[in-house]
Order: sequence, then C-alpha cells, then structure tokens
Amino acid sequence: MSEIENEQALELLTFKLGKQEYSLDIMSVREIRSWTRTTPLPHAPDYMMGVINLRGTVLPVVNLALRLKLEDSEYSDRNVIIVVHHGESMTGLLVDAVSDILALSSDDLQQPPETQRDNDPNLVAALTLIDDRMIRVLNLGSIVKPLERSAA
Amino acid sequence: MTDPNDPMAEIRASFFIECEELLEALQDGLQEMYDGNDDTETINVVFRAVHSIKGGAGAFGLEALVRFAHRFETVLDEIRAGRMSPDPDALKLFFQCADHLSDLVRFSRDGEDIPEAETAKLLTLLDGLLGDTGGPSGQAEEEEEIDFQPATLTLDLDFSDVEDLPEDIEPLDVLSNPAHAGTTTYVISFKPENELFETGNEPLHMLRALEEMGHCTVVCQTEKLPALEALAPETAYISWLVELESEVEEAEVASAFEFVEGLCELDISVKQTDADVPAHAVVSEGIAKPPAVPERALGEQENVALSSDKPATPGPDTALGPGKPIVKQSAKAAPAAAPAKSVVRVDLDRIERLVNLVGELVINQAMLSQSLESSGLSPHSDAMNGLEEFQRLTRDIQDSVMMIRAQPVKSLFQRMSRIVREASAAVEKDVRLVTEGDSTEVDKTVIERLADPLTHMIRNAVDHGLETTEERLSAGKPAQGHVRLTAAHRSGRVVIEVSDDGGGINRDKVHQIALDKGLVSPDVNLSEAEIDNLLFLPGFSTASVVSDLSGRGVGMDVVRTAIQGLGGRITISSTPNVGTTFSISLPLTLAVLDGMVVQVADETLVLPLNVVIETLTLSNKDVEMVRPGANVVRVRSGFVPLFDLGAELGYRQPVDDYEGSVVLLIAHEDEGLAALIIDSIQDQRQVVIKGLDDSFYRAPGIAAATILGDGQIALILDTSDIISTAIGGANAVSVSSFTGAAS
Repeated sequence: MSEIENEQALELLTFKLGKQEYSLDIMSVREIRSWTRTTPLPHAPDYMMGVINLRGTVLPVVNLALRLKLEDSEYSDRNVIIVVHHGESMTGLLVDAVSDILALSSDDLQQPPETQRDNDPNLVAALTLIDDRMIRVLNLGSIVKPLERSAA
Repeated sequence: MTDPNDPMAEIRASFFIECEELLEALQDGLQEMYDGNDDTETINVVFRAVHSIKGGAGAFGLEALVRFAHRFETVLDEIRAGRMSPDPDALKLFFQCADHLSDLVRFSRDGEDIPEAETAKLLTLLDGLLGDTGGPSGQAEEEEEIDFQPATLTLDLDFSDVEDLPEDIEPLDVLSNPAHAGTTTYVISFKPENELFETGNEPLHMLRALEEMGHCTVVCQTEKLPALEALAPETAYISWLVELESEVEEAEVASAFEFVEGLCELDISVKQTDADVPAHAVVSEGIAKPPAVPERALGEQENVALSSDKPATPGPDTALGPGKPIVKQSAKAAPAAAPAKSVVRVDLDRIERLVNLVGELVINQAMLSQSLESSGLSPHSDAMNGLEEFQRLTRDIQDSVMMIRAQPVKSLFQRMSRIVREASAAVEKDVRLVTEGDSTEVDKTVIERLADPLTHMIRNAVDHGLETTEERLSAGKPAQGHVRLTAAHRSGRVVIEVSDDGGGINRDKVHQIALDKGLVSPDVNLSEAEIDNLLFLPGFSTASVVSDLSGRGVGMDVVRTAIQGLGGRITISSTPNVGTTFSISLPLTLAVLDGMVVQVADETLVLPLNVVIETLTLSNKDVEMVRPGANVVRVRSGFVPLFDLGAELGYRQPVDDYEGSVVLLIAHEDEGLAALIIDSIQDQRQVVIKGLDDSFYRAPGIAAATILGDGQIALILDTSDIISTAIGGANAVSVSSFTGAAS
C-alpha cells in the first residue's frame, strides 16, 4: 500500500472528562444536546444513566466517565450529551464539556501502548498529540458493546 | 421481489397476493365441506378458487402449478357436477392437495424448486379418486363432459341452423355436415382488451385451441383499426369473429379463453336462425342454453367481483354478450356478488408511518393539555372544552388507525389446521382441529409473531397432549382427539386458547423430570399450578422419546418468551383425563396502552390499566409479616403478598411504615393477586408505547417506555415480571423461569 492511500483525513470531536481529553470520530456523532434529566432504569449498571426523550425516540444515556472507570463529576448545566450512532442504534454519552474539532490525518494516530490502567484495552483505540496535549481516541464500538454482555 | 421496473413483476406480485386469498377461500370451503356443508355454493367456491389459481398461473407460465391445479380442478369438477360425493377420505386428500397447492404457489413465488415427488404422489391419488367413481382417468375429462351433453338441445339447434345462414361469414363446412347429431356451431366474438396483451397473452394460442376443437372459421375484424398516424401502439384494435363447428360443450369452448377472463370481451353463442347478425341470434330466439353456460357465467361474475382490484373489469353485458338468457343470469349474479367487500391494498410502511404520526399526535395532545391546565384556565372555558373534544377525536383517530392494522386471526388459524393435519399424520393419531372466533381481529404484527409459538403449541397438543388412539379408547373417549383453537376479545385484550381433550399433564412425571434435571430443589413443595408451570422452564421436555415432531430443541420457554415479547401472558391449566388448556392473553395493539400513571420514589411510572384491579390505602394494621422481608396485606378475607415497587425496582429501601401508603392490587399470572406499594396515583390515560432498545440493556420488569406530557420518559412496567422476580426471592422455580426468559 502506498503512503498516500494510507493517509486519511480524519476529524475528531474532542471533549473533556474530568481533567482528561478524549475524542470520537466526528462521523459517528449525530448531535450534541444539553443535559436533561434521565429516567433511570431499574437495576442498571452504574454507568447506565437511564433514558431521555430525543424527539420522540427513547435514547439510552451512558455516563462516559463511569464507563471509563474515571471519577464521576458533579452533573451541572454545563454537562452535555453527545448523541452517537453505531450500527442501527443510537446512544447518548454524557461528558463534561465538548472542547474542539480537530482535523488530522490517520498518520498522526498512534496505537496505545499495551500498559494501560484500564482493564478493557479496547476502549481507547488510539492516541494522538495535539499542542503537547495527549488526546485519547475512543473506540465507540467497544464502549457500547460490553453493555450487551453485562445485560445478559 | 424482482426488478421494480418490470411491469410484470408487479402484476406477478399481485397474482400471488390474490393466490393467498384464494387459498384461504379454498381452505374455508374445504373446511365447510368437511363439516358436512356440501351445498353447491360451497363446492363452487372451492372449485373457483382452484380454477382461478390455475388461470393466473397459466398467464405467468407457472407450469407445475397449472398442471397440479388442473388435475385438482378436474376432480373438484366431478364433485361439482354431482358425479362424485365428497366423502371424508376424498376431503382428506383435498386438504392435502390444498396444502400442496399453497406450497406450489409459495415455491413458484420464491422461485424455489418444485417438489415433483409430492406432486406426482398427489396426482396419482387424485387419479385414484377419479378411478373410484368408475369414470375415466383425469386425461379423459373432455370425453366425459361430452357424455353429459344434453343431446336434445343441440339437435334442435342444428336443425334451425340449416335453414338460415349468415351471409357475412363463409360457413361452407357447416352446410356440408348439418345432420351430425353431436355437432354445434358456435359463434365466438373475441375482442381482446389492452390488458390482455399487457399480461403477455397471445390471442393466437386461443384461436389455435379453438381450431383443435373442430372446424373453425376465423374472421379478423379490423374495422376499428385507425389510420397509421392515429394508431396508438399499445391499444388493442383488432377483434375476431370465430365460427366453430364442434362436438364439444360450450363450457369447453369458453375454457380456451379461461386464462384471459376479464381481459377481453368474449361472447360465445350458439348459432341460430335469423342470422343476419349472428352474434345476436340468441336475443331474437331466446332459446335456452345448455345449463353449463349460465352456471359458468355466474361463477365468472363472482370471480370478478371478489377480486375487485382487477383493472378494467368488463361489465356483465360486455363480458357475456347481449343475449337475453344471459342478462337474466347476470342480474341474478349481481346480488350474490354484492357482499364481497371492496378492499384497498396499502403498503405496510405507509400504515406504520400513520401509526407513528398518530402516536406523536397523542403525545402532543397530552403536552398541550398539560400546559393548558397549568395555565390556570377555568375548566369551563372554551379552550378547555375544545381540548376535551380534541382528546376525544384523537382517541377516535387512534382507534381507527389501529383498526387498519388489525387483521382477523383466520389466516393464522388456517395455517394451524395444516399443522394439525401434518402433525397428526406424523404421530398416527386421528385429530380434529376445531377453531372458534377466527374473525377476531388482532394487530398484524401480533399475528405474524404468533405463528411460531402457536405452531409449537399445536404440535405439542397433538404430540404430547393427546393420547394415542388405543389409550383414548381404553379411557372411554372417542378415538378422534380434538384440539381446540379459539380467539376472543376479552376486556381490551385478545385471548387465544389452545386446548386438547387429552390426558392432561402428568404432574408426577413433570415434577420428577424437573427434579432429575435439577430445575427444582427436592425440598420445595410445589402446588399443582406450579408444577404445570415447570413446563415453561428452559430445556424442559416431557416426551420420554424425543419425537421428530415436537422436541425440535425449542421448548415451551421459547413460546413463553415469544408471547412475553408481544406484551402477552401465557397460562396453563390442566385436568387429568380431561385435557390441557394453554391460554394466551395479548394486547390488542403494540402501539398504545391504557395506563395508570403513578409516582414512585420521585419517578413516574406507567402500569397497564388492565392489571390494576383495585387501589387501597393501607394502615399499619392491614399488614402482617409472614417472615422477615415477606409481608402480606389483608384484603377482605384473603392475604395478598405485599411488595414495595420502589424497592423492587431498586429505587429505594423498602418502606417500613405502611400507614397511609397507596397500594395497587395487581392481577398476577394464574389469577393470583399481588399488592404493590406506590407513592401516589397521578392519572389514568392512554400512552403511546415506545420500544426500549433491548439489545443495549434490558431492564428487568420494564416492558417499554412512553413519553409524558412534559416530554419526560416514563417507564411502562411489566408487573408480572416484577412480581415473579419478587416472589422468586423465595421460590426457586420462578427465579429460574424468569432469568431464562430475560436472557
């Protein structure tokens, strides 16, 4: 494969969870909504915040900080829900704040090293350095997928 | 199905839809005959169904289908003509043939391979039936019909023929052979309509078919043909006038055109005196026709009316010609055809969209009424009165939309009668399926998703429910086992019951198997109902020998899960030596629900209104402790288990002070009761059911969600799930059955 083909333009939506910066491929982001109260689901895992009404559709919302086993922060009006679609279904991800949209090429991404604090190595798909800040690119598929297993 | 740009594909698709209706009519007719009602009309319906399928199949070149339908039709014609009586054995074969016919239709539709062996087998059996009556075998049907031709009539006609000859046609051969007793001269006017060519028919084939019947003079009438510049290439201008001298009966002449019924103007008349205008000979003479003709005309007329969506159906006059006797017949046919309802076929997607829109409307109306109420308007103000009217209309619209989706369960029941036939043949039991209430209407989706569980239950009833013939006889029962399948509306739900008059559930055996498989612990004492419910445990099968009939790896647990997926409940009751009844209770629709909106631990929840039997306000003295963590409430003379809904859902710790608590009495499965503590009741109203994305996370005890007037989501509870899970804490049976159902 030639280098030109390998190099793909990529846009990432970056957002903050606590003091860390994460990002998602912008193509999977449908919209960003302000925080609304969720209706909790009984006996759900802690990161499963519940469901909200997205224009007539019942949208499940995941607390991304808890999903990544980070410390949960206080909810406030500044919190936003990033609505992402994966396959057929949509999910809301609760984050602290959206910060930026970055354009970069796939060459700028690095595989995360094996040593991770996280038990689930698939949650972060890649790392990249922007202005000396390390940004974690999340693997959306694996963030949503383990929920199915935990439900079974 | 195929290339959407292909106009034939569309016609083909509508042919197969028609086939389904015809097959349904066929099943119905056969069932009526089986029930001893073998009047002419019923037999005609059966005959016509097969005949129309054959006709359509011919137009599409579905040869296997035509061949089979033709032979089937031949035998039915024997019955129709009274030459053969529909005895039970023959009917059994007819049912098989009808099943096979529907298979052939399906295979033809999906372009799958035709099971030739089965066709051949049934054809042989059909031939055997013909042989029984002493008549010639299937191929010889033409001769047979000739045998029955009323000879006197034709003689009369022929004599008159000799006298006056039409001058515009060359009838040379008619003259040369006038005294031949069995010969009739027909004048056939055949004018194809555009549709005939659009459906790929070729008039030449019909003319050739006529030629084979006897001596034929064909005059092509081209008067209508316009000048070239005015000619529309897709319009049919040409017609034919055929004079046929033949020994065959008029019905057979008509049969040459049977594939183009309704696609042409066809007038077949027996040539008569006063023949300046031969086609009108019948009018002037008014001579009675051979009986087969009016009968056929009647049949055709009804066919047309039944399939009312056919384009450009010719009126009775154009189709049958101006002859007086025929006009009389068409007049008679009209009232018979009148009860047929006119039907519009609509794409399901469009209805879905309508249903969704109405759902939005209901939510919107709820939001509007909430904001109007909170604005402090007087309840007697115009706005509030208008709102009330609006609510009523919304509800009416909603009901009407739901009616569109509703379908009678008949098609489903018919499929089941086939299952019974096949299943009973496989296990060599004589079984009769009795259906009741097959006009009961249920949501289309519900019907579709009921097919599999119902099939399984019917197979179970035949295989496990009913005893063998010997066992039945020794128990003093009739040899023939009965399986009843009933549907009825009961308080806003549909109840479908499958019952057999077999030996009932062998509870000792069931309990023993459950113990052997470690499904229950030996020290639990189970009631009879609990033992019956063991059947629903995953991986449970009572048949000591797994037959190839049931025991296909799906158990009653799968049935139960499927029913629960539809928001339904399944219960079982059994009496030794009398039989077993499975009862399925289903919501009428999957889109709306009459709900009770309640508040629990700051959450708003909706319960299906029909499970709420009563509401109570507790005082501490009503509550008795059975053991720590298990309380009952005294309701009149009985004790009902008490649960805190907030605690069961994990929203809060169980309340310990019951004084003033609001409690809902909930109907649980098996007619049991349970009491749920809630904080307050807010409202009773219709809510729109919104599905929860189950693949993501399936919350136990939650059936669905709805959107409230303030835009918030409220969860709709599955009370039976909640109560069973709650009881499950003390009872191993229910716990396992429900974790099984949930995963």
